[in-house]
Amino acid sequence: MYIIVIGGGKVGYHLGKALLTESNEILIIEKERSRIEFISNDLGAVCMLGDGCEVSTLADAGAARADMLISVTGDDEDNLVACQVAKHKFNVPRTIARINNPNNEAIFRLLGIDVTINSTDVIMESIQQEMPTHMLTHLMTLHERGMEMVEIKIPADARSVGKKIKDLELPAGSILTLIIHRDQKPVTATPDLYIQTGDQIIALTPTDTEDQLKLALKGK
Amino acid sequence: MKIFIMGCGRTGAQLATTLDAEGHQVTVLDVSEFSFRRLPADFKGTALVGDGTNDETLKKAGIESAEAFVAVTQGDNRNIMAAQIAKYIFKVPKVLLRVYDPLRRELYNNLGLEAFSPTIIFAQLLKSNLLDRGQ
Repeated sequence: MYIIVIGGGKVGYHLGKALLTESNEILIIEKERSRIEFISNDLGAVCMLGDGCEVSTLADAGAARADMLISVTGDDEDNLVACQVAKHKFNVPRTIARINNPNNEAIFRLLGIDVTINSTDVIMESIQQEMPTHMLTHLMTLHERGMEMVEIKIPADARSVGKKIKDLELPAGSILTLIIHRDQKPVTATPDLYIQTGDQIIALTPTDTEDQLKLALKGK
Repeated sequence: MKIFIMGCGRTGAQLATTLDAEGHQVTVLDVSEFSFRRLPADFKGTALVGDGTNDETLKKAGIESAEAFVAVTQGDNRNIMAAQIAKYIFKVPKVLLRVYDPLRRELYNNLGLEAFSPTIIFAQLLKSNLLDRGQ
C-alpha cells in the first residue's frame, strides 16, 4: 500500500516506522527541515518538505495514487483540511485524522473524514485501564456497527459473581466474548460458565448500553 | 442582521466597524484580547475572547441564532474548519470565509463554501489598474 503521513512529529515518525516494517510504501510530509533530517537519518528517504494541506504539495507527493492518507499533526484544523483535500481533490480512498480536542470527533465524522483517532481520549482510556476503581474500560469503537468493545473487571461485591453467563440479564445486543479467570488463560465465554471475582471479561455491546451492561454485571 | 466575525485582524475589525455603524448586531471573536484594540471606542457590538473552531465557544457566544458567519483569521485551515462548523453543525444561513491559497479556495468553493481569496482578488485588481493606465 502507498500511505501518505502528514506531520513528522513523534506520532508521525513512529507511525511511519511501524508502517515501513509492514512493507508499505510511505511518504511523510513535514514542514520543518530539522525533523526531515532527523527522520531521514533513521528511516531513509521517506520524507518530503512541505505543507501537507496544500494541493500542490499533495500533487507532488503522488496523492492521486495513494491508498491512504493519515494526518497526525498537533493541529486539528490542519488534519481536517489535509484529509479533505486528499479525499475531494485526489480521491484518496481512506483518510484518517488525529484529533487533539475530543469535541472535534463528531464534527470530523460529519465532515466526511473516514476514521478519527482521538489521541486525548486514547491516553485517558489507557490511564483509566490502570485505575482499579474503574470497572469498565473502552477498548475500541466499531463505528460502522455501532458497537463498543469493552473490558470489564468483576469486583468481589458484583451481583453477577457465582452466576452462569446465560442467567445474566444483559442489554439487548450485548455479547460477552472472552473471560479471563484470575491467573488463567482466556476462554470463550460459553453460556454455562460461572462469573468469578476478579474475572476480566471482554464484551461487545451496542453504543450507549455501557451503563446497562455495568448494571447487569455489577449491580448498584 | 446578527453577524459573527471570527478574527479581529485588520479585515475583521474593519468589517465589524462598518457593520456595527450601520446598525447590525455584531459579535467579534478572537483568541487574543489585544486584537480588539482595532475596534473603535464607540463599538456597540460584542467582542469575545475565544476560539471559533471550538463548538462550545461558538454555542456560548450564541451562534445558534446567528444569521451570518464570516471567518477571517490569518489561518486558511482555521477559517475552513470554523466555516464548516458554522455551516454544517450550526446551520448558519450565510457563511463566508477567507482562504489565501487559490487552490484551496477553489476546492472548498466546489464543496459548497463561499470562500474568497485575497490573493486572486488583489492580483486581479492590480492587473486591471495596470492595464487601464493612460486611458
